[in-house]
Amino acid sequence: MAKITLIGFDGDQHVIDAEPGKSLMANALENAVPGIDADCGGACACGTCHCFVEEAWRPLTGEVEYMEESMLGMRPDRAEGSRLSCQINVTSEMDGMVVRIPEFQM
Amino acid sequence: MNQEAKIADPWAMALEDIDVSNPNLYSQDAWRPYFERLRDEAPVHYCADSDFGPYWSITRFDDIVAVDSNFKQFSSEPFIIIGDIDEDMPLRNFISMDPPEHDVQRRAVQSVVAPQNLQEMEGLIRSRVQAILDGLPVGETFNWVDHVSINLTTQMLATLFDFPFEDRAKLPYWSDLFTGTPEIAGGEFSKEERMAGLAECAEWFTRLWHERKGREGGFDLITLLQRDPKTANMIDDPMMFLGNLGLLIVGGNDTTRNSASGGVLALNENPAEYDKLRADHGLIPSMVSEVIRWQTPLMHMRRRATEDVEFQGQTIRKDDKVVMWYVSGNRDESAIKDADAFIIDRENPRHHISFGFGIHRCMGNRLAEMQLRILWEEIMSRFSFVEVVGTPQRVQSNFVRGISDLPVRVHPI
Ligand code: HEM
Ligand code: FES
Repeated sequence: MAKITLIGFDGDQHVIDAEPGKSLMANALENAVPGIDADCGGACACGTCHCFVEEAWRPLTGEVEYMEESMLGMRPDRAEGSRLSCQINVTSEMDGMVVRIPEFQM
Repeated sequence: MNQEAKIADPWAMALEDIDVSNPNLYSQDAWRPYFERLRDEAPVHYCADSDFGPYWSITRFDDIVAVDSNFKQFSSEPFIIIGDIDEDMPLRNFISMDPPEHDVQRRAVQSVVAPQNLQEMEGLIRSRVQAILDGLPVGETFNWVDHVSINLTTQMLATLFDFPFEDRAKLPYWSDLFTGTPEIAGGEFSKEERMAGLAECAEWFTRLWHERKGREGGFDLITLLQRDPKTANMIDDPMMFLGNLGLLIVGGNDTTRNSASGGVLALNENPAEYDKLRADHGLIPSMVSEVIRWQTPLMHMRRRATEDVEFQGQTIRKDDKVVMWYVSGNRDESAIKDADAFIIDRENPRHHISFGFGIHRCMGNRLAEMQLRILWEEIMSRFSFVEVVGTPQRVQSNFVRGISDLPVRVHPI
């Protein structure tokens, strides 16, 4: 298990015990964290699982691949650390990771 | 085209003879068994001959997501409707462009419909909805489509463009012209009427563009296009200008209109769901998603193969038309539980394919949901029952799944 903190736009903190091997999106949904919609169910095709990974943790979350880059490019609130949480595979090294949830998904 | 032409039994015909581009399948609401058979027996199906030329049909949810996400092998150019583009009026806009051009244009306009801007509009939209509902003729039978659905979406469009309010009826007319030519999707306008109408549309918006240039403030779509350096000179390319305006008019017109009608019909056909809604107005957001799935206001999008592609055991050839049938994907049991049932409190109501997926995924999806949510909040606080009292008439098109006549009576609380 990896303890991951998801911070909502309103500042609410959700600390979840994330299961390695599953995506961050799936873990967030299983723990009923609000603000992640995941309309496409993890196919990297909707962009509604957008999140911002805190700087220190970015090296652990892997590369942004071509399709993810295309989808992120459509987000008006794209920023440093922007990721689609369905494309982040949780590992035990992510214990302590902090991720922010955007104001809206679209 | 003959609207009343009899529909053949899809189970009794040879698989290769199945042609789901026939617009009568939709005006007669007879499409379900056709797609059921295709999903079962030929999920990637080739139709060698149709009024729109040869084309492939993609009918399963996951396959549609795969094609929709793969813009390199499945291009949106030259056009995203099954019919061919009108050579005399080659309108261009970003729904029928590939990256990188698509991305540049979409980025320029999409923040207009970002949820922060929508919040600004919510109050105005709600007051317009309230006025429409308060003006309905209680005790009479009337057409919900004209009185509410068209009226509402027309006012929405006028608001988005800051279009002169008294002339707003032109907007849905132009929208019909953009999509309604028979060569494009099986609709009913002559080429002459279409050309004349679209020229008028171009004139109006060109005038508005020039009038608005240099004006301070405002966050209507025209002003936002002018403010962004990437689109500030869009007017210099008239086909592009008209094409992108057309996209925003059509995008926000038929789709929302038919969801506003489809919801009333679906609740009448499923009285137990209507009861659930009466008991708990908190279900409105998930009901709205379910209505959008159920209605599937745009039934397909088309792509063109950029090279030979092996896909699910079939060889799609370079330049073949590939049609993704959202109307079928939304009924695919392998992706959506009880897909043929209308259930307003589904576990995962947003997991539908009506907005498409990938880089072209509907830009206005949050706006559409907001409009429909407000509509239903205001309906439920006024009427215990919007009762369908006659047979609905459906639009003859293989692209827009539309309702043209929905006779109702409203019962105030
Ligand atoms: C229930 C209502 C609506 C439905 C069902 C709907 C459906 C769709 C679909 C299926 C697509 C193409 C997706 C794809 O190719 O993967 C699309 C694209 C688009 N929609 Fe909507 N739409 C709706 C409302 C709106 C509204 C209100 C607007 C107004 C702003 C809008 C603007 C657009 C635009 C601009 C695109 C092109 C996006 C692109 O190519 O990147 N839509 N819509
Ligand atoms: S869930 Fe759709 S992109 Fe991540």
